[in-house]
Amino acid sequence: MSLGKLIERLIQLVPVLLGVSLIVFVMMTLTPGDPVQIMIGDQAVTPEQEAAMRRDLGLDRPIVERFFVFLGNAVTGDFGTSFYHRRPVLDVIAERLPATIELSLVALIVALLTSIPLGVLAAIRKNSIFDRIATVGSLLGVSLPGFWFGILLLMLFAVHLHILPVSGRIGYSAEIEPITHLLLIDTLLRGRFDAFLDALSHIILPAITLGLPMTAILMRVTRTSMLEVMRQDYVTFAEAKGLSRRRVIFRHALKNALIPTVSVAAIETGSLLGGNMIVETVFGWPGLGRLVVESIFLRNYPLVQAAVLFYAVTYVLLNFVADILYTVLNPRVKL
Amino acid sequence: MNAPLLSVKDLRTVFDTRAGRVYAVDGVNVEVRRGECLGVVGESGSGKSVTFSSVMGLVRSPGRIDGGEITFDGRDLRSLSPQAMRAVRGRDIAMTMQDSLTALNPALTVGEQIGEVLEAHDETLPRARGARQRAIRDRSVEMLLLVGIPSAESRLRQYPHEFSGGMRQRIMIAIALACRPKLLIADEPTTALDVTIQAQVLELITDIRAKLGMSVVLITHDLGVVAEHCDRVMVMYAGQVVEEGPTRDVIGNPAHPYTKGLLGSIPRLSLRGQPIRPIEGQVPDLINLPPQCRFYSRCTVRKEVCKSLISMREAAPGHQARCVRVGKDSQ
Repeated sequence: MSLGKLIERLIQLVPVLLGVSLIVFVMMTLTPGDPVQIMIGDQAVTPEQEAAMRRDLGLDRPIVERFFVFLGNAVTGDFGTSFYHRRPVLDVIAERLPATIELSLVALIVALLTSIPLGVLAAIRKNSIFDRIATVGSLLGVSLPGFWFGILLLMLFAVHLHILPVSGRIGYSAEIEPITHLLLIDTLLRGRFDAFLDALSHIILPAITLGLPMTAILMRVTRTSMLEVMRQDYVTFAEAKGLSRRRVIFRHALKNALIPTVSVAAIETGSLLGGNMIVETVFGWPGLGRLVVESIFLRNYPLVQAAVLFYAVTYVLLNFVADILYTVLNPRVKL
Repeated sequence: MNAPLLSVKDLRTVFDTRAGRVYAVDGVNVEVRRGECLGVVGESGSGKSVTFSSVMGLVRSPGRIDGGEITFDGRDLRSLSPQAMRAVRGRDIAMTMQDSLTALNPALTVGEQIGEVLEAHDETLPRARGARQRAIRDRSVEMLLLVGIPSAESRLRQYPHEFSGGMRQRIMIAIALACRPKLLIADEPTTALDVTIQAQVLELITDIRAKLGMSVVLITHDLGVVAEHCDRVMVMYAGQVVEEGPTRDVIGNPAHPYTKGLLGSIPRLSLRGQPIRPIEGQVPDLINLPPQCRFYSRCTVRKEVCKSLISMREAAPGHQARCVRVGKDSQ
């Protein structure tokens, strides 16, 4: 992988970010509802006070001007002040980000650890009962709405069985001094195994809910590409060499079959970001997704802008990661 | 040592397809003697590859062996467990495939693909991990040198796509020969290669056969290759053996009209100016075979009696053909 390619990718980011900024800006301003009115709520204010607030937030100026002011500031790393928190947008986002990263990572791990073995098993037992159940299951996994599935899990495990908590990231008694801000890691670093289990019990349901569609998709991709690969001459040749079935399946077939799976996984990780908004809201998870949803309701323009830009950058970078992984797994391709 | 190395009797391999049951191999008898090279000739779909996939136990669903005996070196291969059959494959019987580009795994280094055969079968390798790895590497290098690949040490780390077609074919032969098998089944080893490389690869197989004293089954549709490299030849047509015998007899004095047709369709410099005579017609559908000579519809010398089942008849000592025009009935 050359430095030139990396720079090329970073340059490609520029038009993407410009386009995304413009779209979000226009959509936010076209959405009915006025941040100032929302902030005022039921309080009695004079028109002068209202105008002062508007001026204070910079909302008294024309849209086009506001867009260019935003762009100018954004280039210098200033994304403005959150209307609601009265603090720099980036600080607010940075505070919420670790929770989202942790949830996404656990969801990704859950998805990879379940989808790949299930996909391989479905492929080598093609048309068996297991294969049929897995196929129907993956169809359900893709089509079940996350908010509904999440609520079902909550009702079963939290409300009826009382074995898992309803919401949040960790119990009060288990709170610890942060190091990496990823609680599953921090609790272990601090040697608090009880707190680790507590954090784990909080994250497991949202992670399953968030990872379910991805699990379903990756299982199907793995199954299909495994079936394709098992028909290849090199699998027959590997069998003709008298290798063990395990080696033929995992070393010869799976290594090739994983090429599409890994690419799709990297791209689908981007879609976890979208899923986060719903799942974090359902499970009261204090992450970026829920912050964005709240901010949209409050018409907190600067925060939504910055968060969406962050999503866009992440998405492009994940696509880049997908390309890198593709070349790592497939020696025939050079970036 | 007089017992043949491989003996196949009345082999029947069928494929159950939606259109019906395909008799891809229908009552085939094969004998491969120790140290000999048997040429197996026939057009696509004649059952030559399926016959030897059956010997290796590599027939894939929806295909299956429906009957017959396969005896290799005194063992009944059909009665072996999958585990025991895996121990035979790659160690006692090895195979090379037609297209080395698709037969070598694109995602694994050449070194790994040679080494894993040794790892699977070679019981003389040392147990200790480091010594074992070194022994495998040394043997892999030795094999690559044997098939004529220079600077083998560094090439072990390369992937198949970094080699030329001829080199890849050599690598596949090196893999097949890594455990010094008693029988090598070479399935169209030269079809995917340039003419000049073809000759080199065939020379290589013939050389190594002499060096290792193994038997070779050379599956091909090139009678020229057979004439030059094989002791005996077996001609297959529509799932049956139609003629077999010493190469010189079969090629010099073909007994079956199909073999004659095959020989007549080869362009020759000595017959310059004369038109090439292709065999007219199509191979019959292997699903609904009428009980008659399989070559009936394309035969230029057919008779009414050919509309019955024809058995192999002896044309000369050791030379048989499945045609009513041939000498006396041998079965």
